[in-house]
Amino acid sequence: MKHMTITHHLSDDLLMAYSAGALPEALSLVVATHVSMCPDCRAALAAHDAVGGAVLGTCGEAELAPDSLEKTLARIAAARPETPRPKRDDSLPGPLADYVGGSLSQVKWRALAGGVKQAVVPTDRGATARLLYIQGGVAVPDHGHRGVELTLVLQGAFRDETGRFGPGDIEVASDDLEHKPVAEHGPACICLAATEAPLRFAGLIPRLMQPLFRI
Amino acid sequence: MTAETEEAEWARLMLRIRDDRDAEAFAALFREFAPRVKAFLMRSGSTATVAEECTQDVMATLWQKAGLFDPTRASVTTWVFTIARNRRIDTIRRARRPEPEDLAWGPEAEPEAAEIVERQQETDRLGRAIAQLPPNQRALIERAYFGDLSHSEIAAETGLPLGTIKSRIRLALDRLRHQMT
Repeated sequence: MKHMTITHHLSDDLLMAYSAGALPEALSLVVATHVSMCPDCRAALAAHDAVGGAVLGTCGEAELAPDSLEKTLARIAAARPETPRPKRDDSLPGPLADYVGGSLSQVKWRALAGGVKQAVVPTDRGATARLLYIQGGVAVPDHGHRGVELTLVLQGAFRDETGRFGPGDIEVASDDLEHKPVAEHGPACICLAATEAPLRFAGLIPRLMQPLFRI
Repeated sequence: MTAETEEAEWARLMLRIRDDRDAEAFAALFREFAPRVKAFLMRSGSTATVAEECTQDVMATLWQKAGLFDPTRASVTTWVFTIARNRRIDTIRRARRPEPEDLAWGPEAEPEAAEIVERQQETDRLGRAIAQLPPNQRALIERAYFGDLSHSEIAAETGLPLGTIKSRIRLALDRLRHQMT
């Protein structure tokens, strides 16, 4: 990716959660994509990873199976070559490109309201990720979210009550942020957004109570 | 041998694996790291059987991905941690782990020996900083990296005054930033 001026970065807790492997896949995808665009957050992530290394270094040793090394060498000998990644162009950062067939032109958009299209990016449950395409001057449709919502600008820009977000910028919104993002006039704004999915309970009564307690 | 020279020795072994596909160096690193990785995975809640399987997988990955090891960016311990974390997500949580792609870091400068030493010592310094934390704060950091805390729990806990560790992270960060500009 080309150099860009990024003013909105990841928070420490998100970097630590990503480094610790505690984020659902959809949020990890947004973090990895932002880090691919942002040298500052890349350096911050390396520091958090070093904390993980320090923890690994202090957690003692467990006894291995007697044939552990032999089995590991057998695994190495039996390994198949990695399946090649889909062909990419430079339209999207690497981690995201891997999820959508290699390029922005491969994305299968679905029209929502006037001037807005979206494409769900398949990830595991626990959170959902989607690409948003918002025509210049158009407001992002109201999208209720519970838990944290990450919005990463890939192209164009949007503004809301908290500021202006251009390419590479990430907005970290908790569920109490009421915001109405509007795409800037000019070229369309393309974003990668991820939202923590609400907990789903199998039983009827907890499900009825869920809206009351917002759990 | 002190911890600092240990990390430097591990980095040398790792470079022999990366550059020469040296099986003896691999066996030596296996003896050092496989028992730690297994302990780490068991602390993360795996049974001994699953942890053993996953450890073999982690160590095989260390060999296969050796080409990605860069001693100016991470100590061997940190690098092994990232592999173990990813395999834990992959095999135990059965989810994909999106990883950042490499940025263009500008013209590739010849890495300075001092820089490598610095990076290899960082893990040890962080380890000591963690060891000096009050027990409850230390337990929180450990639980986060063992995968015991959810994202929202981590978000709540990073508000705690984890002074020492935060200033350590900040220092590590400043050095990395300095190195990249």
